[in-house]
Amino acid sequence: MTEETQLRAVKSTPPAQTPNPASAPAAGAGSGVTFDVRQLNVWFGSNQVLHGVSLQIRPKEVTAIIGPSGCGKSTFLRSLNRMHDLVPEARVEGRITLFGQDLYAREVDATLVRRRVGMVFQKSNPFPTMTIAENVTVGLRLNGVRQKNLVQERMERSLRMAALWDEVKDRLHDNALSLSGGQQQRLCIARALAIEPEVVLMDEPASALDPLATAKIEELILRLKQDFTIVIVTHNMQQAARISDQTAFFYLGELIEFDATGRIFTNPSKKQTEDYVTGRFG
Amino acid sequence: MNSAAVSGKTRPPTRIVLAPPSKTGDKAFRLLTWLMALMVLLLLALVGWTLCKGSALSVTKFGWNFFGHSNWDPVNGDFGALPFIFGTFVSSFVGLLIALPLSLGTAVYLTELAPGWVRQPAISMIEMLAAIPSVVFGLWGMRVLVPWLQDGPYPLLEKYLGFLPIFRGPISGRCMLSAAIIIAIMILPIITSITREVFRAVPDSQREAAFALGATRWEVTRMAVLRYSIRGIFGAAMLGLGRALGETMAVTMVVGNADKISASLFSAGNTLASKMANEYAETTAGIHLSALFELGLMVLLVTVVTNILARLLIGAMGARKLAGT
Amino acid sequence: MNHWYHQWRKIKSYFVSGLCLMCAALVVAPLALVLFNLLQKGASSLDFAFFTQLPRPVGETGGGMANAIVGSLTLVGLAGLVGIPVGVLGGIYLSEFGTPRMNWAVRFAADILNGTSSIVWGIVVYALVVGYSAYAAGLALGFMMIPLIIRTTEEMMALVPNGYREAAFALGISQWRIVLNIVLKTAGKGIITGILLAAARVAGETAPLLFTAFGNSFWSHKLSEPIEALPLQIFTYANSPYDDWHRQAWAGALVLILFVLALNIGVRVMTRGRTPHLAK
Repeated sequence: MTEETQLRAVKSTPPAQTPNPASAPAAGAGSGVTFDVRQLNVWFGSNQVLHGVSLQIRPKEVTAIIGPSGCGKSTFLRSLNRMHDLVPEARVEGRITLFGQDLYAREVDATLVRRRVGMVFQKSNPFPTMTIAENVTVGLRLNGVRQKNLVQERMERSLRMAALWDEVKDRLHDNALSLSGGQQQRLCIARALAIEPEVVLMDEPASALDPLATAKIEELILRLKQDFTIVIVTHNMQQAARISDQTAFFYLGELIEFDATGRIFTNPSKKQTEDYVTGRFG
Repeated sequence: MNSAAVSGKTRPPTRIVLAPPSKTGDKAFRLLTWLMALMVLLLLALVGWTLCKGSALSVTKFGWNFFGHSNWDPVNGDFGALPFIFGTFVSSFVGLLIALPLSLGTAVYLTELAPGWVRQPAISMIEMLAAIPSVVFGLWGMRVLVPWLQDGPYPLLEKYLGFLPIFRGPISGRCMLSAAIIIAIMILPIITSITREVFRAVPDSQREAAFALGATRWEVTRMAVLRYSIRGIFGAAMLGLGRALGETMAVTMVVGNADKISASLFSAGNTLASKMANEYAETTAGIHLSALFELGLMVLLVTVVTNILARLLIGAMGARKLAGT
Repeated sequence: MNHWYHQWRKIKSYFVSGLCLMCAALVVAPLALVLFNLLQKGASSLDFAFFTQLPRPVGETGGGMANAIVGSLTLVGLAGLVGIPVGVLGGIYLSEFGTPRMNWAVRFAADILNGTSSIVWGIVVYALVVGYSAYAAGLALGFMMIPLIIRTTEEMMALVPNGYREAAFALGISQWRIVLNIVLKTAGKGIITGILLAAARVAGETAPLLFTAFGNSFWSHKLSEPIEALPLQIFTYANSPYDDWHRQAWAGALVLILFVLALNIGVRVMTRGRTPHLAK
C-alpha cells in the first residue's frame, strides 16, 4: 500500500471500521460540495441559536459568514467541526455532510473529523509552554507521527504557508509567546495547517489585530484557498468583500441569504441583507 | 527541499499518516483519574471505619459513660474521656478568645492603616508563622514561653485576679492557659488572613463615603468596614476554632498532662489529641488501646462537625480554608 | 459640632490606630522570638558532628541527629510516592472529567481529611499496618498528602484557560493526550508548588509518626524497621530530662524550621514568575 492510499484510508474511512482501501470513498467523492448543511438547528440549553440553516460550501473557495453580533455565526462555524461536542448543554439537530459523509452519525469519531477540519480562533492561543517549532508540530507529534525529518519538513512547509517562515526561521526554539500578536495568530494558522486538514475554519481570526497584521492574514488566506477550503466568520464586511468567493448572511440565527460575494455586496436579493451590507444596522 | 515545499503552493507528493485516535486511551485515562479521586472518598471511609472498629471495644464497654466520666485508669481498665473533652474545648475557646481581638486589630492595621512598605513584609511574616511546625512551637513553648509565664505574668495574675476561680492557684507552668496561649499564637495567621480578605472585599466606595461625611479613621473603619464584615469575621473565628481543636504537638508539650478537670486555668490538663500523643508508647492491645481509638474517633467527629458548620455559615470556600488549602 | 468633641473623636481614632499597631506587633512578635531563640540556642550546636553522627546512648553528651535527618528525607520521599500520583491524578479528574456530584463529595472528603488533627492518621495506620516501620510512617504521611495535593492540583488545572483545550481539540488530538501534554504541562509550575508545600507541611509533622515510626537511635537499614525523623527526635529530646538532649532539640528544631521556611520561600519565589504563563 503506498503512502497515498494509506492516507486516504485513514482519513476518509468512516472511522468505526478499520481502514480498508477497497471500500473507502476517496476524499472529494461527491465533489463539488465540501459541506452540505441541511436544516441545521442548534440549542444551548433551552435557547435555540440556529434555526433551520441550509447551505452548501464549495471546495477550495473562501466562504465568508457575516452578520451582526449574536446572529449565530460562530455557532454555525463550530458545528462544522463538531466543537459543540465539548459543550454539554449544546444540542445539534439536522444534517451536515462532509464530502458526502454524515458528520454527526453515531459511528463517526469526532477526533478524526477535526483532523480534516481545522480551526483558527479569534484569540490567538499558542501553547505557552512550547517553543515556536513545538507549537507548529504539536498536532503531528501528539497524533503519533514520529519521523523527525518528516515533522521538520512539515513544520517548515506550514510556516511558509502561513507566511511566517522568514520571520521565525532563526528563532524556532524561542517560546511562542515571544511573538507579536499578529505573528502568534499566523503561528496558530501554521499549527492548524501542519496536520494537513482539507478545510480550515476561521473564527474572526483578525479581529484582535492591527490593520497591518490583518492585511498579512488576508493575503495568506487568498493563497491558502488554492489548497484548502476556507470558511471564515467575520464581523468586518469589507474583509468579507475582499477575500471571499461566497458569502452567507446570518441574522438572529437564520440564514438570510447565501450567494456569490459580488452579488451579496452589490445586488443582494433580500432587504435585510441590503440593510446590513450598507450599514443601516449592525 | 523540492520546489513545491519552497513555494508552499502545491501539495507535496507524500502525505503523512496520523495514528488513529484511541478511544481506549481516553477511557482508560478517565478511569484511572476517577479511581484516584475515589481514593479520597475511600480514605475518609477507611479512617472512619478504622476508628469505629478500633473503638468498638471501648464503646460497648463504657457507652455514654465514656463522656461523663473522669477516671482514666489503665491498671483497672476503666476509662473516661471527660477531662479531655473539657481540656479540648477550654484550651481552644480561650485560645480563640485571645487570638480573635489580636487578629482583628492586625487585620485592621494591615488593610486600613499600614503604609505600603510595611504591608507586604508583615503579611509574609504572618504567613511564615503559619508554616512553623507544631513541635517547634511546642519546644519553644515549653522551654521559653512557659518558664517566662511562670516567673512573671502568672504570679501577677494570681496575685491581683486570684479571687476569680479561673486564676486561682496553685500555678502550674504547664497548664491550660499555657496551652491556650500557644494555640492562640498558632491560629493567629489564619484568622488574620481570612479577616483581611473579608475587609478587602468591602469596596473602597464605602470607605470614601464615610470619609466624605467627615468621619475619623476609626469611625470610617467602624462604620464602613466592620459593620459589613461581621459575618465574615464570625467565619474567620470559626476557622480559627477548627484549627485550634485539632492542634496536637504544641499543646501536648505545654498542657501538663494531667487527667483532671479544674476551674482554674493554671491547672494542668489534657486535650483529646494530647492524651493520645502522651499515651502512644503505652499502646498495648485491649481496652486501653480501644479507649485511645475512641478518643481519635471523637477528634474526627469534632472536625466533621466544625467543617459542616463552616460550610453552612460561610460556604464551601470557608470549608476549604478550614482545611488549609 | 463643637471643637472639643471633634478633638475627642480624633484622639479616639489615634488611640485605636495605636492599638491596632500593637496588635500587629504582637502577632508578628512570636515569629521573631521563635526564630531568635532557635538561633540563639541551636545555632551553636550545628557542627559537623551534628549532621553526621548518631545519637549517643542515654545520658551521654555529644552525638548528632544524622539518622533523624536522613529519616525525615526518607519518609517525605515515601510519602511522596503515595501522595503525588494519587493527588495529582485525582486533581486532574476533578478539574477535567468530574461530575458535579462526585466533585462535591471528593472535595468535602478532602476538606475533612485536611482539617482533622494529624494524630488521627497515625493511629489509623497503626491499626492497618503491623509494626513500627518506615513504610507505616511513610504511608501515614502519604495519606496526609493526598487530600492536600488533590486540592491544589485541581485549582491549578482549572486555572488553565479553556482556549488551550479548544485549540488542542481542534487539532484532532485525543483527550487524554490533551490533558497530559498540554493542560498539565501548562499548569505544571503551580502543581509542583502545591506538591512542595505539601511536602513541607508533612516534613514538619510529628503526631502521625508517634504511632508509626516509633523512633530509632540507630540507622534504619530496612524500611520495615522503626525509623527516626527530625520532628520525632525533637519531641523525644525536648521531653527528656537531659540538658544535652535539650540543646540538641534546639539544633534539630532550627534545622527543621530552616528546611520548612526555605521550601516555603522557594515556592513563593517560583510563583512570582507564574502568572505570565497563564496571562491569556
